[in-house]
Amino acid sequence: MKTLQVLGTGCAKCTKLAENTEAAAKELGIEYNLVKITDLTVIMSFGVMMTPALAVDGTVKVVGKVLDVAELKKLLV
Amino acid sequence: MNVDSAPSPQVSMRRYLMLGGAGLIVWWGIYHGLAPFADWFTYRLLALTQGTRLASAIAFFVYEVPKVLMLLTLVVFFVGIVRSFFTPERTRRVLAGRRESVGNVLAALLGIVTPFCSCSAVPLFIGFVTTGVPLGVTFSFLISAPMVNEVALVLLFGLFGWKVAALYLGSGLAIAILSGWVIGRLHMEHYIEGWVTAVQLGDAELPTETVSWAQRFHYGAEAVRDIVGRVWLYVILGIGVGAGIHGYVPEDFMASFMGKDAWWSVPLAVIIGIPMYSNAAGIVPIVQALLEKGAALGTVLAFMMAVIALSLPEMIILRKVLKPQLIATFIGVVGLGILFVGYLFNFIF
Repeated sequence: MKTLQVLGTGCAKCTKLAENTEAAAKELGIEYNLVKITDLTVIMSFGVMMTPALAVDGTVKVVGKVLDVAELKKLLV
Repeated sequence: MNVDSAPSPQVSMRRYLMLGGAGLIVWWGIYHGLAPFADWFTYRLLALTQGTRLASAIAFFVYEVPKVLMLLTLVVFFVGIVRSFFTPERTRRVLAGRRESVGNVLAALLGIVTPFCSCSAVPLFIGFVTTGVPLGVTFSFLISAPMVNEVALVLLFGLFGWKVAALYLGSGLAIAILSGWVIGRLHMEHYIEGWVTAVQLGDAELPTETVSWAQRFHYGAEAVRDIVGRVWLYVILGIGVGAGIHGYVPEDFMASFMGKDAWWSVPLAVIIGIPMYSNAAGIVPIVQALLEKGAALGTVLAFMMAVIALSLPEMIILRKVLKPQLIATFIGVVGLGILFVGYLFNFIF
């Protein structure tokens, strides 16, 4: 079970990253729990200043950009 | 584009360089064919008479639209590659604990090359001020980042030439440096919303993957897709309006109310510019047409800076972290700087 946390205050790019992450996880067929974190205080506690960002099992893997599904799959395996 | 299918970094580097070189030659060829093409299109294909209003408007539009879009694509691509070397995190580390004056200059310069979007203004602001970047230095960054941007510079260069672009770059940086310094001197730290200081910027390791050149090219291409994809319509609309003014508004029409002799035109331009929200892509072609019809350079530059640097949506976003007094000071100081630049250029030219 992987915990996928998409950090973002609700901008268009954040939604896109969440969608791509979900698609990547489904394609890999892994068990996952995707959470969108919109609370700025929590986002900042990850050390992230540029949204969107993605944390996998609590570790920040992507900052400030939207990766496509293929790139995300590599981060999730 | 699949970056990882490349067999080795060296091969992929060479491949990208060759592709880039070939692309540049094609770009150059097309770029120099644009003026003859616009003439051919207007006077041969449409068979319009030279010197008529319609012909002049159409020739302007057919030449300027592809020219500006091509310049934009090229510059955004290279700026994208340059930006792949910078992150807000790295910029924050450079600025943390800097002395003010030096910090203001560095912050304004880094504002040009650090990837920034106004949607990240709040986390960036908090991240900066809670980790020892002085408030004024933070403001220098926040002023420079939107105002001195590659889209504005390309359009100014394309439509006015390098001198005006350089003036804009120089005065934009000066405003960012000085405004930030003044805000720092005013010691307004207690006008930051209380909850901000409670936020802890985590110091977890962020991914610092070594970026290959293939990825940097990829990043540049992404920037083109993102930025040009967002502004192309504004460029066309702006040049369309500009072409209309170019062809149909009489010479010296603007001189009476946006000319040099109308002293009140500069403050008026700033006041009208602040609530207006347009990106540089839409505003510059209109500004160019105004200038051509007798408006003074300082006045139109002031208008453009006020539109780009002081936008209402950004103020609303920043209101989350700044108390009204600090926002008002921010608008006041930057507005005064723009006013000064406007008068200065009207005086010089």
